[in-house]
Amino acid sequence: MAVVGVRLARPVAIASRRSFRVLEHDLLVFRRGWSSYVLSGLTQPFLYLVAMGIGLGLYVNRNGSLPGGVPYLDYIAPALLVTQAMMAAAFESAWPIMGKIAWDKTYHAALNTPVGALDLLAGDLMWIALQATLLSALFLAVIVVLGAAASPLVVFAVPLAVLTAIAFAAPIMAFTATQTGDGAFNALFRFGITPLFLFSGTFFPIEKLPVLMQPLAWITPLYHGVAAARSLALGQVDPVGLTVHVAALLAVTAAGVAAGRVTFRRRLVV
Amino acid sequence: MTENPGIAPPIIHARGLTKRFGSFTAVDGIDFDVAPGEAFGFLGPNGAGKTSTMRMIGTVSPVTSGKLTVFGLDPAEDGARIRGRLGVVPQADTLDNELSVLENLLIYGRYFDLSWAESRRRAVELLDFVQLTERSADKVEPLSGGMKRRLVIARSLINEPSLLLLDEPTTGLDPQARHLLWDRLYRLKQRGVTLCLTTHYMDEAEQLCDRLVVMDQARIVAEGSPRQLIDRYVTREVLELRFRRDADETDDSAHLDGRLEGLAERIEQLPDRVLVYTADGEAAAAAAYERGLRPASVLVRRATLEDVFLSLTGRSLVE
Repeated sequence: MAVVGVRLARPVAIASRRSFRVLEHDLLVFRRGWSSYVLSGLTQPFLYLVAMGIGLGLYVNRNGSLPGGVPYLDYIAPALLVTQAMMAAAFESAWPIMGKIAWDKTYHAALNTPVGALDLLAGDLMWIALQATLLSALFLAVIVVLGAAASPLVVFAVPLAVLTAIAFAAPIMAFTATQTGDGAFNALFRFGITPLFLFSGTFFPIEKLPVLMQPLAWITPLYHGVAAARSLALGQVDPVGLTVHVAALLAVTAAGVAAGRVTFRRRLVV
Repeated sequence: MTENPGIAPPIIHARGLTKRFGSFTAVDGIDFDVAPGEAFGFLGPNGAGKTSTMRMIGTVSPVTSGKLTVFGLDPAEDGARIRGRLGVVPQADTLDNELSVLENLLIYGRYFDLSWAESRRRAVELLDFVQLTERSADKVEPLSGGMKRRLVIARSLINEPSLLLLDEPTTGLDPQARHLLWDRLYRLKQRGVTLCLTTHYMDEAEQLCDRLVVMDQARIVAEGSPRQLIDRYVTREVLELRFRRDADETDDSAHLDGRLEGLAERIEQLPDRVLVYTADGEAAAAAAYERGLRPASVLVRRATLEDVFLSLTGRSLVE
């Protein structure tokens, strides 16, 4: 059992001292645009929560059809928090990474220093996790201001959003390293990310999906992130369910990182 | 074949060095040594294997077979340690367009584990060295090609490397920018930095290189100092003759009609001119006139590495 644990952990444990230099690079770039980033990080959740949670929620609540009579705003707030972290992470691991590999070739500049291909993978993954943290913290602030938090446990939606974000970022970064252009990214978003956003239990319980589609929701990492964050935010903690959700997210992340180690080396060390 | 100037162990040592991409052989078993303090060049046309060789030395491309050591270390084992002591000026600028000129250097210093303060100190000094101090707060994008190259050179020096690898450092630059760059490289050489560069410009090789190898089709076809190569493979002078051509003529043979026979050691017919290799160009020109040749233009010049390349491969370096 211990051996299996080590084997699973090894591909994940990739953050070297030099990967933090890569993270520093991203922070240096970020320093220029942080104010507009923060502004949109506050505006987006506000607009979504007002339109969907309060506006649409008016009609949903009238039906009283949500489990336990939860207000719709409280129901979707933690889900949207997780979802927007996922969307941002998916974007960041596609186009900007492609730019560093193929367009500006800044990865190649870094590779001429002691920094290696796996440091780039780890450093940029950390950066995406850090962005997810920042975005989710801003989202949480809006939730609190709008009074959309049923339980103080809602703060744990932030780490769950970060975990969901890297569960998407790691495999997408691995995929990006196999691409020569950005052609496939549009398809990825149109047929992958957007349907997930709509059908992973963000806006309505997946139990309302056709029976055949429900297993599809279970295997998507977004469903697990959303379900876990919502249970905490609503104060309806189920330890077993939570463990399963977190384990699912960790497994996807580990698989993504393992794939990234292969594709990054294959792409950058030739 | 390899002369080793001095007795110091070579800073780069290659034997049977080979790089294959699938079934394509980019570098085919080459041998060379580069001594500390030397300016060593790879001269050859595009696709000769120069860049692949440089990438192997820079430890960013694994060696397929053969032996390679850099600073006496094995790239496969000690890549990061070797890169820590190397400066690299790649063919593409790979500058970060999202950062300022100064920030490009700062973060690069961090990649080499310099403290921020030390990285800044060196960056400011290097921007002065490459004459970019006034542009330090600017973004990279609006810089001219020559300025970008100088910035890349400054970047490559942030770790105070003892070996600098330059892949076609002046390709695409105007003459003024090239001369400024050569001057900076010359100063580095005087400070004892070993230079290893690739070029397909013969004048660059003559200006910068103490010793060079000529590469063609993945192999080394000649080695020596620029002077040695010229002495060995061509004559001292070259007479260039150009003829006015009629529309139906594909070369100058109608004009020549064998009248240059015996006049020179070797005659090379290029698409646009005839090269006559001889010790005395003026005498050969006079003789050609006596034999009734009436070229549209006549030029006597010293032989260059371009002629060496032509003589070795039968092709011109820059097509």
